[in-house]
Amino acid sequence: MHSVLAAGMATAAEGSTAADFSNDTWWIWLIKSVGILVFLLTSVLIAIWFERKVVARMQVRPGPNVHGPFGLLQSLADAMKLLFKEDMTVKAADKVVYIVAPLIAVFCSLLTFAVIPLGPTVNMFGVETPLQLTDFPVAVLYILACASVGVYGIVLGGWSSNSTYPLLGAVRSTAQVISYELAMGMSLVSVFILAGSMSTSEIVSSQTQLWWFLPLLPAFVIYIVSMVGETNRLPFDLPEAEGELVSGYMTEYSSMKFAWFFLAEYINMLNVSAVATTLFLGGWRAPFIPADSFLQQGYWPVLWFLAKLWALMFFFVWVRGSVLRFRYDQFMKLGWKVLIPASLVWLVLVAVVQGLRQFPQFADLELRTILFGIAGVVIVGVVISLLIPEKKPAPAATRPRVLDAFADGYPVPPLPGQVLPPSPRRARVTAGAPADETTTGADAPTDPKEVHGG
Amino acid sequence: MSALVAGATELAAGALPAVSGLLPRAVDSAGDPSTAEAVLFWVLAPIMVIAAFGLLFARKAVHAALCVILVMISLAFLYVTQGAVFLGVVQVVVYTGAIMMLFLFVLMLVGVSSADSLVETIRGQRWIGWLAGLGLLVVLAGVIGTATYPDPVGLGTANESTNPRGIAHLIFGQYVFAMEVVGALLVTAALGALVFTHRRRLTPRLGQRERADARVRAGQTLAPLPAPGVYAKHNAMDVPALDPYGRPITSSVPRVLRVRGQEADAAEYAARIDRVIAGKSAVERGALGYEEQHQTPPPQADPAGASVGAPQIGDAVAGVDASAPDSEEGK
Repeated sequence: MHSVLAAGMATAAEGSTAADFSNDTWWIWLIKSVGILVFLLTSVLIAIWFERKVVARMQVRPGPNVHGPFGLLQSLADAMKLLFKEDMTVKAADKVVYIVAPLIAVFCSLLTFAVIPLGPTVNMFGVETPLQLTDFPVAVLYILACASVGVYGIVLGGWSSNSTYPLLGAVRSTAQVISYELAMGMSLVSVFILAGSMSTSEIVSSQTQLWWFLPLLPAFVIYIVSMVGETNRLPFDLPEAEGELVSGYMTEYSSMKFAWFFLAEYINMLNVSAVATTLFLGGWRAPFIPADSFLQQGYWPVLWFLAKLWALMFFFVWVRGSVLRFRYDQFMKLGWKVLIPASLVWLVLVAVVQGLRQFPQFADLELRTILFGIAGVVIVGVVISLLIPEKKPAPAATRPRVLDAFADGYPVPPLPGQVLPPSPRRARVTAGAPADETTTGADAPTDPKEVHGG
Repeated sequence: MSALVAGATELAAGALPAVSGLLPRAVDSAGDPSTAEAVLFWVLAPIMVIAAFGLLFARKAVHAALCVILVMISLAFLYVTQGAVFLGVVQVVVYTGAIMMLFLFVLMLVGVSSADSLVETIRGQRWIGWLAGLGLLVVLAGVIGTATYPDPVGLGTANESTNPRGIAHLIFGQYVFAMEVVGALLVTAALGALVFTHRRRLTPRLGQRERADARVRAGQTLAPLPAPGVYAKHNAMDVPALDPYGRPITSSVPRVLRVRGQEADAAEYAARIDRVIAGKSAVERGALGYEEQHQTPPPQADPAGASVGAPQIGDAVAGVDASAPDSEEGK
């Protein structure tokens, strides 16, 4: 798809992106496409091993360590196992859609890396060409488009299985992706505004001085949260929540078709990490090294790009190892009531600052003045909101000091500050067996003991 | 793979100069016809037409939706090749990614096995439909047949400072008022939908805590109900679990099975356990006749054992039958 786009764009896009593809020939395209495919597939194998190993270390256990050095061949063994398993098609399934769904998921996930710049212009077998398959003025929108078509794989897979849990997983995933794509898109818009372009190579070249995650920290945070939601990873893995939905949309899939969904999920992780790297973390640029250094030229930057990519992958694994799954309503609340309003407000702020700087009558305004002005407005707003009296919460029902444990028909323990009435049995014990007093009743206080803690 | 496709179109551009005269003049971004685009058009156009017919003739609603998606994505390809990059990508993001997804969201709930009913609800509607369709066809053929196709002009200047910038200047410059009006209309529509679907809550909201309280008050099971099956022996859904005394726990079998009468004989399983406890070996049991095997009386489930899992403390709570079958939530 992307090369067709490139072909169509050949004349219009010239000069509209920072990368210059005019020297590319068909065999350069071929090398780059095959290179991207190989890179993605091997990265997935490594990512699975990496995830299992890191999660294992976080849980104080060794993780895979049998096959190959450090268990490196474990994911290869798993892939082989999946390949040779019996490929079952559910009898009641909608056959065509059932088979097409995993294909859609994988193909769409493979498309994103076409517009990700892995490095600057390099000399590839005598041809000067950027280390990027293609680029055009709306490259980032193209990434969003690929992601939104990729969801069809999940949705159709869940529907065509003709089974309850997959359908529930698919419905959840639809709602999830639609709501988180909004926040994601809006957090990206502030990068477009500052960089003045939607082409990936231009966004990278606009970050020579300053990586965008610093001035656009709120947008970066929103992007990071929504990228986890977009890839269906913990703590947002509701479409395939094992405890509730068996395995979600892929419950009825087996063998290679299951492996394709798995592949798509991991490639999507790589994709969103690569987008975060490109848009917020300076792309292939290394920090603190001058732009004319040899470390910022040729094939070296691929190393910095990969380092950033895998740092984000580590973040994914880290989050998975430490956070619990959200409940569905909490998840939706976070998306619609926190992320989207926050990204909208942030977008307006960025637009106002950038707009003021572009108007000729405000040209002499310092950026610092504008920022101080906005900070002043925000502080005044906060002060006013503090002055507005809060709605008093309904007074909590005053708890009686002595708890009637059976009031609701079932024995409950006393809450902090409450005491149990003196046990009727204790009186009997002390009366009936005074000899036991040394063991049971001697240090028992005469007044009911207060319960501390929960 | 797509590089191959592009390479192939390149080759086609070189190898088919004679054919290109026969192809309609597709327009590239500079306003000149290009063979690669013509080839792309002739590849995509049949796909789109077939998909459009699929929309008409598909028996399942989801298949029809998929056909529409195919048409939309192909259309996006055509937009892109004609220099409208922004429009092409937005077509996929907005129409395919959001709107059709919402359609599919609703259609999915219909289920795989259901197909459209072909019963005529209005008498003669099929004939009227055919006639109207034919009329439309005639009108379209007339319009398209008389249309002229002048050479396109002005695309180069329109896309001078990249396509998205050109569109931005148009939308937020020349057509900013129309844009704002449409925006206001959409916001109004969204708010209207919210207002119409909003219902005032008549009863207090039932949260996790309220449900738990209600369950305590009703004297229902608080913890999850025991799972069916006897470990290491029978783990089928219809076999009741045994309590520590070897008595079957009726509530461990799903309620549906119990209502249908598909529950396994609890007493029989209990008796077997009893025999195991009694220390009879498998050989002995095999040697015994049927009657002898059933000499061990099945354990009489006492009333307390019969309703295991349903504490009786809440009996006194008015209006609630404490021995009511366990709720689905308890499962």
